[in-house]
Amino acid sequence: MAQSPLTLKPSPSPPRERGLGGRKGELSERALGLFMLAPMAIVLLLVIAYPLADSFWLSLHRMNLTRPEQGTPFIGLENYLFAFRQPAFWYSIERTLYFTLVSVALELALGLLFAVLLNEMFRGNLLARLAMIFPWALLTVANGVLWAWILNPSYGVLNALLMWIGVLQEPKQWLSDTFWTMNVIILADAWKTVPNMTLLLLAGMQPISHDLFEAAEVDGASHWQKFTRITLPLLRPVILVSVALRTIGAFRVFDIIYVLTGNGGPADSTKVISFYNYDQAFRFLYFGYGAAISWLITAFMLILIVIYVRLLRTEVVQ
Amino acid sequence: MATRRGLLLSPRARNVLLGVYLLFTLLPIVWLFLSTIQTQASLLTMPVQFVPREVTLSNYTDIFKPAAFGENSGQSTFLLSLRNSLIVTISTTLIAMFLGTLAAYAFARFNIPQKRTLLLIVLGSQLLPAVSIIIPLFRMFKSASLLDTLASLALAYTTFSVPFVVWIMAGYFQSIPIELEEAARIDGASRFQTFVRVALPLAAPGLGATAIFTMLNVWDEFFFALIFTSTYVSKTVPIALAEFIGRHSVNWGMLVTGGFIASLPPILLSLVFYRYIVSGLAAGGVKG
Repeated sequence: MAQSPLTLKPSPSPPRERGLGGRKGELSERALGLFMLAPMAIVLLLVIAYPLADSFWLSLHRMNLTRPEQGTPFIGLENYLFAFRQPAFWYSIERTLYFTLVSVALELALGLLFAVLLNEMFRGNLLARLAMIFPWALLTVANGVLWAWILNPSYGVLNALLMWIGVLQEPKQWLSDTFWTMNVIILADAWKTVPNMTLLLLAGMQPISHDLFEAAEVDGASHWQKFTRITLPLLRPVILVSVALRTIGAFRVFDIIYVLTGNGGPADSTKVISFYNYDQAFRFLYFGYGAAISWLITAFMLILIVIYVRLLRTEVVQ
Repeated sequence: MATRRGLLLSPRARNVLLGVYLLFTLLPIVWLFLSTIQTQASLLTMPVQFVPREVTLSNYTDIFKPAAFGENSGQSTFLLSLRNSLIVTISTTLIAMFLGTLAAYAFARFNIPQKRTLLLIVLGSQLLPAVSIIIPLFRMFKSASLLDTLASLALAYTTFSVPFVVWIMAGYFQSIPIELEEAARIDGASRFQTFVRVALPLAAPGLGATAIFTMLNVWDEFFFALIFTSTYVSKTVPIALAEFIGRHSVNWGMLVTGGFIASLPPILLSLVFYRYIVSGLAAGGVKG
């Protein structure tokens, strides 16, 4: 997090006292600054701020693209209330929470383990770190393709391996089972996102002074005590920020579920909230209702984002 | 030194863990690669062979032939989608770098009112999911007749790439000592000349890393492309792959080879620029 702008004091010194100040005939400091900001601001207002506002407007209206003769009557909060009455909506929330909790927990556990490993000094350490790049940089959709192939009931290597070592007696239909589909998708997703977590945690571990570990050893501390009394407390800010970031990432999962199931099945067991939203808006063309769902997602994400930004500011800056 | 005995792991535990780590991380990739160099018959052998039976490189040439991966007016859809991905990646990156760098410099070096708040809004906006804005963007592109064009994708991708560039580059500019820019000012350069001739060259490594990260994100993007594209005028590689897997009789050899080839550019770039990746990750730079 070394290059986060928040780690630096705003504006090193008042410009008038130092060399970069304005001169006669030049644009004023503030004018030039705003001039440089304007292109970005205009684009982001157009593609982010306006759509957010339009989405809110839509969410208060009935708009069904398959029945344009109905127009777009104002219906107040009816779309939101309708969502709250839908068992399918709540089920998708439950599925999203399950995915998010299990995958972030898995990522944190494996990420910590691998970061501890890669923070040790041994020959080939850099090569071992580079191995992470393969899953990390693999195209998300290609990751879906790869796991669809690994999980294939007839020709997939997972069934072959598990039968070879005797765990399974007969091939398993991983992607047709309401329990296993979500869990193997979590595995497939975690395989690609663990490096993300590992790299963040590793970056947080590196500045921890080796002297601390040596001093602890002199005092007779075990490896486990060193981990729980030195590494974990000093790593706390980085863990919090990484978990917040990965929660934000996991909460919007869509691509891999689309590739592995096509429809959020079986029996909607992998229909997370973004998939539910996609269905309503772009398969059934309920734009008003879809906009309401997307605003609910946005509101929840904004809470997560505010938590993340606050953690970044209070925990990492010091 | 404590390091000889290990910081937190005994050499034995370390070796065991290293084995687990390497198997977990590399086995699926090795399996992917092995699957790309086999004939379809060899892939569909039962029981599954852990060592390839018939090795061939023909997948790597077949995939560019029209019929093998799905055809579109006589051309390979894989090739068409690669071309589309390349165009949209380069144009989005150029737009984002231009808009983002200008704004980032202003944030870093000028007295902008409410600077911190604005920067945090920028950071927050790049973490918003695509579903937050996709319905209005769809309406917008529809009324502007931009659906199924690469321009619509480039525009949609600015929503995450521009804020990312602003956030990372603002930090980078602030980390550069201000003295060189002060010296240029004393020599009579205007503020804008100082930016272009002094600050930009000094920021070159940061600009490069940021551009690479932006390219990785755009190359990988799926959701916007799924909604906004409908023909091979604009379908990108992730869409082509997802469509191919949806067919009734999947040609697994073509599919895994397509996924592997499409992932090679990001993998190679990331290996070369490994040390720049972490700073991008910390800003939430990867769309999960």
